[in-house]
Amino acid sequence: MEELLKAHASENVLLWHKVAKVSDFPENGGACVIYNGKQIAIYNFSIRGEWYATQNLCPHRYEMALSRGIIGDSSGEPKVACPFHKKNFSLKTGQCLSGDTYQIDVYPVKIENGYVFLGITNDLL
Amino acid sequence: MEKKKIIVAGNGMTSVKFCQKLVEAGLLSQYAVTVLGEEKYLGYDRVHLTDYYTGTSVEDLTLVPANWYHQNDIEVLTQCLVTEINKEAKTIRTQNNSYYSYDILVLATGSSAFVPPIPGTDKSGVFVYRTFEDLDAIKTYIRNAGKGVVIGGGLLGLEAAKAIMDDNLETTVIERMPWLMGRQLDERGAAMLQQKLEKQGLKVITNANTKCFTGNENVTGVEFADGNILETDVVVISAGIKPRDELASMAGLEVGKQGGIVVNEGMQTSCQDIYAIGECALASGAIWGLVSPCYQMAEVLAERLKGERKFFTGADLSTKLKLIGTEVASFGDALGQQKSVPLVLENKFSGIYKRLNISEDGKFLLGGILVGDTSEYNMLLQAYRNKIKLPANPESLLVQQGKGGGLAIGVLDLPDDATICSCEGISKNKICGAIESQNLSQVGEIKKCTGAGTGCGGCAPMLDDLLSATLKKQGREVKKILCEHFDYTRQELFDLIKIEGITNYYYLLKKYGKGSGCEICKPAVASLLASIWNEPIVKHDVIQDTNDRFLANIQRGGTYSVVPRIPGGEITPQKLEVISRVAKKYDLYCKITGGQRIDLFGARVDQLPYIWEELIEEGFESGHAYGKALRTVKSCVGSTWCRFGLHDSVGFAIEIENRYKGLRAPHKIKGGVSGCIRECAEARGKDFGIIATEKGWNLYVCGNGGSHPAHAVLLAADIDKETCIKYLDRFLMYYIKTASPLTRTSKWLSNLEGNIEHLKEVVINDSLGLAIEFERDMQNLVDTYKCEWKEVVENLELRKKFKPFINSDEHDSTIEFVPMRDQKMPVPWVK
Repeated sequence: MEELLKAHASENVLLWHKVAKVSDFPENGGACVIYNGKQIAIYNFSIRGEWYATQNLCPHRYEMALSRGIIGDSSGEPKVACPFHKKNFSLKTGQCLSGDTYQIDVYPVKIENGYVFLGITNDLL
Repeated sequence: MEKKKIIVAGNGMTSVKFCQKLVEAGLLSQYAVTVLGEEKYLGYDRVHLTDYYTGTSVEDLTLVPANWYHQNDIEVLTQCLVTEINKEAKTIRTQNNSYYSYDILVLATGSSAFVPPIPGTDKSGVFVYRTFEDLDAIKTYIRNAGKGVVIGGGLLGLEAAKAIMDDNLETTVIERMPWLMGRQLDERGAAMLQQKLEKQGLKVITNANTKCFTGNENVTGVEFADGNILETDVVVISAGIKPRDELASMAGLEVGKQGGIVVNEGMQTSCQDIYAIGECALASGAIWGLVSPCYQMAEVLAERLKGERKFFTGADLSTKLKLIGTEVASFGDALGQQKSVPLVLENKFSGIYKRLNISEDGKFLLGGILVGDTSEYNMLLQAYRNKIKLPANPESLLVQQGKGGGLAIGVLDLPDDATICSCEGISKNKICGAIESQNLSQVGEIKKCTGAGTGCGGCAPMLDDLLSATLKKQGREVKKILCEHFDYTRQELFDLIKIEGITNYYYLLKKYGKGSGCEICKPAVASLLASIWNEPIVKHDVIQDTNDRFLANIQRGGTYSVVPRIPGGEITPQKLEVISRVAKKYDLYCKITGGQRIDLFGARVDQLPYIWEELIEEGFESGHAYGKALRTVKSCVGSTWCRFGLHDSVGFAIEIENRYKGLRAPHKIKGGVSGCIRECAEARGKDFGIIATEKGWNLYVCGNGGSHPAHAVLLAADIDKETCIKYLDRFLMYYIKTASPLTRTSKWLSNLEGNIEHLKEVVINDSLGLAIEFERDMQNLVDTYKCEWKEVVENLELRKKFKPFINSDEHDSTIEFVPMRDQKMPVPWVK
């Protein structure tokens, strides 16, 4: 777990990929981007002033769906609920919050000059 | 010091309670306890045996799990009937020929079903109603049966009748006495009950003198003394209980003439080391066939073993229950056997009978009977038990005046030692103490903490009242809140949004909520905003579930399905051609739905606006199959073509579907219209069903298919179309305004206090004075309807939301199909 977090912490970013304009993303919701053939869900959590990115694949039934899920919080922890069967995942750690052992990948995101940048780490290359 | 040995013969409810009381009293350090049960199962909740019949599992009815016995060092054996007692040697023998020695023997052998001496009870198809095995056997036997007879019109008999009636048997109850439930009800009360049961389809024969059961191997009928024969495929005997005293009697213990092991006030039998508790005991001169006195006996004995001087001197047999949909209660001296003045209210229209027996000086309530409306039972019972002085005009007690009846006292005014839960013997003091000291805020927590309400559950409303009153006293509040982000119920949020004119989720969250929201409150509020303001839901797309966000149903593989509205299921060949063309063009899988329309599967999210653009151009509209909204109004062919049809059911279905299309609600809503009593539209399985009669239409509401099927119940009969629509407007708005999130109408109705009678009052008699508001609000929704897909198709900004990737125009290459029966399907789930 710790290793996983480390892998995706900003210092491990090899390059910042310019994804799209901030205004292309819905407020308080997610959208999917594709990088190197891999689907990444990026969430504009505007009510908290935060951005998150995770894999788009829900590990429960292998559906490309998380970007279409509803975001929110559970006791303060930011999360996304998969639209298929409502499995909840922490947007910070990728840990499943619904009592299962699933784990999803999370990626760094930053905003600069009105653009959204996705932090590319080793496994996204 | 070596522990003394206690053997408990029997593992029924009383036995389990006795073990629990031993544990509570800390006696397991002094005694080694062995429980020997006859049945295959550990002690279970026989009071709710019928729940097993309707699907509750053995585990759920098991009183305490096996590891509870283990943890408390109690040895428990099943299928181990005690067959012999040797008083001198202080040993018992079991069916397996094992011997156990004891210092103290507790007989908790319970009772068996009383089988009246009618010739023919040995035929197959004749059952008793007592154990899981009995119920399994009945269930298997009646698979091909059409008619059933229940012998016994008491409480147990009517329970059994309900069970087999629910399995679609034409059911007749046969009672030897002149009226049903003779122990609890007087003649007029029983007549009211019988009238209500007959309305539900149960047949009742009283004063029946049964001669024998007919048939060769299998039972085929019941023959009466007058020679009449009632044909039947199955007989269930539920005519009372017979104490299991044979073991005691063989051992030479004293038993009563009518059965039952004679015990003194300390539960001791005629042999000093042997005790008897529960339904096998003849205590205070009677057999006690209800759970609460049996539990009292268990407690008395446990306390005695601890050295306390406790006595069992009889118990109150007050009871409240629901029999085939009719509420019945009886308390204290219900039949007026002592000197008293009965006050009676009888309303044959609403099916209510109340009798209260008042002391001759008019000061105290001695007992009573309630049929049809038992909402005042708990308070009346408390008034009787605690000898609360009645008001000067005791007749006011007969008329419901809110909680507490005409008593003008609240639950908190009851004496501290008033018994609230008689099954578990728990006082008001103990309950209120637990609420205060442990900060309880839910009835469930009270049950867990104090054990109150875990027996028959009849006191649950009182627990609720005590909880509310205690919390109010403390300045706390209790309610069913939406989720961790809103301390409000859905209904409260409805009112806040409407009164304050709130049109935005985040505004509501900021003003009345906390945190960042979640997948529970966001769609719930989105639904409220749509129900109240009817704005296009795409305006609030990110707080919607994905189906409402993309206006289509997400399917396996991440594609969506498209369902155009086909009102009433009527469609022209031209429109069929349009559907066919679109489906071919986008290679969509086609299926006719349960709601008489056509579902097109396998559309990618980016294809959705293009598909709808073509459909809308040809005159189709959104079918709202993706929303918690009106789905379809199914119809049969009706009088335009059908030779049986009374009125034009298709025309009416189309009119209604078009009126309510787009209506958003706490859950999906389905309707049906049938042109005659044959009911080909299956309208009574819908949230609202309209069936043609000779004189007009019958309106049924709150039916359901799905996982909890329920027939819709009659709201109004023989009404014209205009009245039907007026009542539907009011009914739907009342539901939308008051139901909890994701609650279908049938569940909503069963939770509604007063059920259908209350709903009739609100809808037909406007008892809340809201009818005009309901109609106005509904008309506003009808007038502001817009096709959601049309809005999207015509708006470039909105169309932009329908693409798989924000940074690329490519398609989602992970979507894959495989061929199936000349069409296609998504690749199967990855295991």
